[in-house]
Amino acid sequence: MSSRRTDTGGRIDRLRTIRFTFDGAPYTGHAGDTLASALLANGVTLFGRSFKYHRPRGLLAAGIEEPNALVTVLRGDVREPNIPATMVEIYDGLVAVSQNRSPSLAWDIGALNQLGGKILSAGFYYKTFMGPVIGPLKGTRLWMFCEHFIRRAAGLGKAGAAPDTSRYERMNAFCDVLVVGSGPAGLMAAKAAADQGARVILAELEAHFGGSANWSGETIDGAPAAEWAGRIVGQLEGNDNVRLLPRTTVWGYYDGNTLAALERVTDHKEVPAKGEPRQRYWAIRARTVVLATGSFERPLVFPGNDRPGVMLAHAAERYAQEYGVLPGARIALFTNNDSAYRSAVALKKAGAAVVAIIDVRSDVSNEMRRLASEAEAELLAGHAVVATEGGKALTGLKVQRFDLTGGALSGDERSIHADCLAVSGGWSPTIHLASQAGAKAEWNPARQAFLPPQATQRWIGAGAFTGSFSTAEAVAEGRTAGLAAAGGAASSAPLPVVEAAPGDPDPAPVFEIKAKGKSFVDFQHDVTAEDVRLAHREGFVSVEHLKRYTTLGMATDQGKSSNVPGLAIMAEALGKPIPEVGTTRFRPPYTAVSIGSLAAERFGDLKPERLTPMHDWHIDNGATMYSAGLWYRPMIYGLAGETVEQAYVREARATRESAGIVDVSTLGKIAVQGPDAAEFLDRVYTNMFSTLAVGKARYGLMLREDGLAFDDGTTWRLGEQEFLMTTTTANAGKVMQHLEYFLDVIWPELKVTVTSVTDEWAGAAIGGPKARAILAACVTGTAVDNAALPFMGIVRGEIAGVPVMICRLSFSGEMAFEVYSGAGYGTRVWEALIEAGKPFDLVTYGLEALGTMRIEKGHVTGAEIDGRTTARDLHLDWMLSKKKPFIGSAMMDREGLISPERLQLVGLISLDNRPFNGGAHIVEELDEDNPHDSIGHITACCYSPALGKYIALALVKDGKARHGTRAFVSDPLRSRFGPIEIVSNHFYDPDGSRMHG
Amino acid sequence: MLITCPYCGPRDVIEFTYQGDGNRERPQPASQDLDAWNAYVYDRLNPAGDHHEIWQHSGGCRAHLRVVRNTLTHEILGTAFARGGHKSASHRTEGKP
Repeated sequence: MSSRRTDTGGRIDRLRTIRFTFDGAPYTGHAGDTLASALLANGVTLFGRSFKYHRPRGLLAAGIEEPNALVTVLRGDVREPNIPATMVEIYDGLVAVSQNRSPSLAWDIGALNQLGGKILSAGFYYKTFMGPVIGPLKGTRLWMFCEHFIRRAAGLGKAGAAPDTSRYERMNAFCDVLVVGSGPAGLMAAKAAADQGARVILAELEAHFGGSANWSGETIDGAPAAEWAGRIVGQLEGNDNVRLLPRTTVWGYYDGNTLAALERVTDHKEVPAKGEPRQRYWAIRARTVVLATGSFERPLVFPGNDRPGVMLAHAAERYAQEYGVLPGARIALFTNNDSAYRSAVALKKAGAAVVAIIDVRSDVSNEMRRLASEAEAELLAGHAVVATEGGKALTGLKVQRFDLTGGALSGDERSIHADCLAVSGGWSPTIHLASQAGAKAEWNPARQAFLPPQATQRWIGAGAFTGSFSTAEAVAEGRTAGLAAAGGAASSAPLPVVEAAPGDPDPAPVFEIKAKGKSFVDFQHDVTAEDVRLAHREGFVSVEHLKRYTTLGMATDQGKSSNVPGLAIMAEALGKPIPEVGTTRFRPPYTAVSIGSLAAERFGDLKPERLTPMHDWHIDNGATMYSAGLWYRPMIYGLAGETVEQAYVREARATRESAGIVDVSTLGKIAVQGPDAAEFLDRVYTNMFSTLAVGKARYGLMLREDGLAFDDGTTWRLGEQEFLMTTTTANAGKVMQHLEYFLDVIWPELKVTVTSVTDEWAGAAIGGPKARAILAACVTGTAVDNAALPFMGIVRGEIAGVPVMICRLSFSGEMAFEVYSGAGYGTRVWEALIEAGKPFDLVTYGLEALGTMRIEKGHVTGAEIDGRTTARDLHLDWMLSKKKPFIGSAMMDREGLISPERLQLVGLISLDNRPFNGGAHIVEELDEDNPHDSIGHITACCYSPALGKYIALALVKDGKARHGTRAFVSDPLRSRFGPIEIVSNHFYDPDGSRMHG
Repeated sequence: MLITCPYCGPRDVIEFTYQGDGNRERPQPASQDLDAWNAYVYDRLNPAGDHHEIWQHSGGCRAHLRVVRNTLTHEILGTAFARGGHKSASHRTEGKP
């Protein structure tokens, strides 16, 4: 491998050498290089293996549209696949590997697929994976086995299995003018808008602002275009109204002029600075958007057009001009338009031998002929490339005479020796965002391109995006767009003077050279011109069907280089003009977007946490915490050497033998106040609350409008017009919204206010035979005996000088009390209770023991109130008042909701003395190999210290009628099968004598 | 999508919670007319065009708003407080195909 780096030129920093590896081999490059340019400079031409046929592939492009050179970047254990090498900025220590090859890029066993090319044609998956419908292989496991390998053979990069430890951020931004793209048009637009005083955001998807100015070799206002661009960027940097976002891809254009962008903040850095996120998701709301997104050069479709060494003409030019890398020593160009001539001159100036310019047009202008001789290239007008030669690198090509009108080839093949073939098939404006914004693109027959539609949202186009391919037009349109976007008047001031090579922007309408051999349309998904025609022969006439059947344009590049050629070939097959075939609508995202950036602050260290007032005490006292929604709750207070099961069994047993205390601060708490509060609760609960005496609490059940169970909890009557409602932890927000909806929308006549007071109260539940004695020892200002504090009674008093409310209610089934204090005093009260409990063997218990005791009692929680169960299913029909209507009362008796076939709550006892798993199925007949006919499932399970058995709650078909019968648990995923007994859900103390005391 | 809350001004849609079709008519609480309840709970117009909806400004003032939204363009054609009771029956015809 020889160095292809030129001695001078380019916008790289030759004084800074950067070391990196590709497929394990060490390489060096310079600051300013992409992985693509650095490897190309090292003589690397083979970058990847193709999707289906495993053909060797090199660089086609130099930017985001690169379809072939996809790599995986490794950072520690984290791997990010399918990044175009053209978009990876090298840094010291970069580790990149190639994809879809085994064992190595150069020697790839999958390349054998090329021999089976006929079989792997369009629709291969549809035809193959249906499986044989007749014959000996019909529906067999052998077929499934083969499918595994066939599927493995095709593909791109592998996703990593390690958790992504990077941090991502979301930013909301507002601006008057968002400029997308920073080529000459975008820079002029940003400058013009900023000079008007508008708030401007300029987003550039590449690392450097300037777009084509960085490599066009043109002159603007007497300076090299790149210098001119640098000067404008400098002016924008000095303007407080302007925010410059490099490495930021605007990937979505949504309604209301809301745009989504991804900023790659540290992907190019060896070590991110402290606090920097890896990527930042921008939600930008712009008054007006200037789309200056430029255009993509199209490849031509001809046999062997995917051989490494065949690349887009502008890409070859860009490697030479921006990176100081010659993509070949002997370069030929193949074109249907004028733009490649400029590329030829640039490549010549950079030091390459330009051996030939092959132009499908016989009629080439004198200006272009002059450029060809300036490049010292032989001009083969009216010719076409019909084949390429070489293995993993191009060695030569064959040309023949070409007739522009009929596409016929004639005359002898002539061989040309070249190691790079630069191809130009015309240019397609990058209209993706405009298309996303809502309108359909229009075909322009002169430009042979889809031009942006009429704006349906507030955007203005400028430059190549509009089909104006010259830099002079770009600066003019850019300024006009920027002024209009900022609400300024048109300017008559002189525009920057552009000196550029001449050229006609209209290409010849040639997309494909039909000769023998595989001609690729979609490089990334290995779709050939013949595949497109096959799809047509098989009856696919709609462009949408064609796309799905051949998978044309459906790879990670979304057909950036292949859509238009594919459409043109389809149109020809159909015998219709291109506009009648139509184009597909572009949808977000424009480029691949990391899921991490979308999750952003909802994940990792930016996720909010809700901590109870006693949180630190739990941590200090050995609690293992458990995350429940945003809350953190103690799971167990384990002792040294204890398993989770040992810990909760100890905690639950001690609670039933002496006393236990648990933090219940997370329960939803809603203050319901007002003259109509009691009436309101009668409407939202299935049972009566207006009859509840002040100073008493009642267990309540809510239904949804459709009659299914919604939430349960106790509500305390603190005054004639004041209630404190508690909800399950998980449903606190939903219940609040439910109440607000009815008060605001349905019953505005009710004089009631609801206020979320979850965070105002700290709650501790203390239960067990000695619980009352503990309270008696620390509560002042009130008695806690049976007369003062009967079951469901409420008293007010003090603990450690802190006012508290105590309600005697029980979830554990023991004599139990809930003690509420102001949140700020929660820990003080908690510690006082712990202290008072010491002589009484009080233990702290966590969620596991709480769950165990509730399962023993057969109480329901969210696992049973799962949105599918009714009050009857849960044996709560005694709570359904017949004296009043309530939410859900009209719908709850519908036929399907009262059928005995429904799943009903039951208890299960493990007869083989082995633990259960939540979600396991219940079956009448055990058939481990072919599990069938589930009659229900387990909702919660534990080891019960009170019963000395493994037990569970379950929802089982016609469950009540099955009490005392046997069945089986069938859990094939976790290989747990075994006999069970179905019993009542009230395992323990069914008559409630313990809690009533 | 921007929804203009009469209290808080124009706010991004992420501050709001969709609370259902604004064309629904809740039967009287004691009504046993199952067809009417069924229509209220399940029947939706699903128009391609202007749609009356209830949104709660859950990330703001918590008020419920009656919003007219074009389901094709997401254009918000009007907002008002929902407080004030049901939609009258005459509105039900709007948005029907």
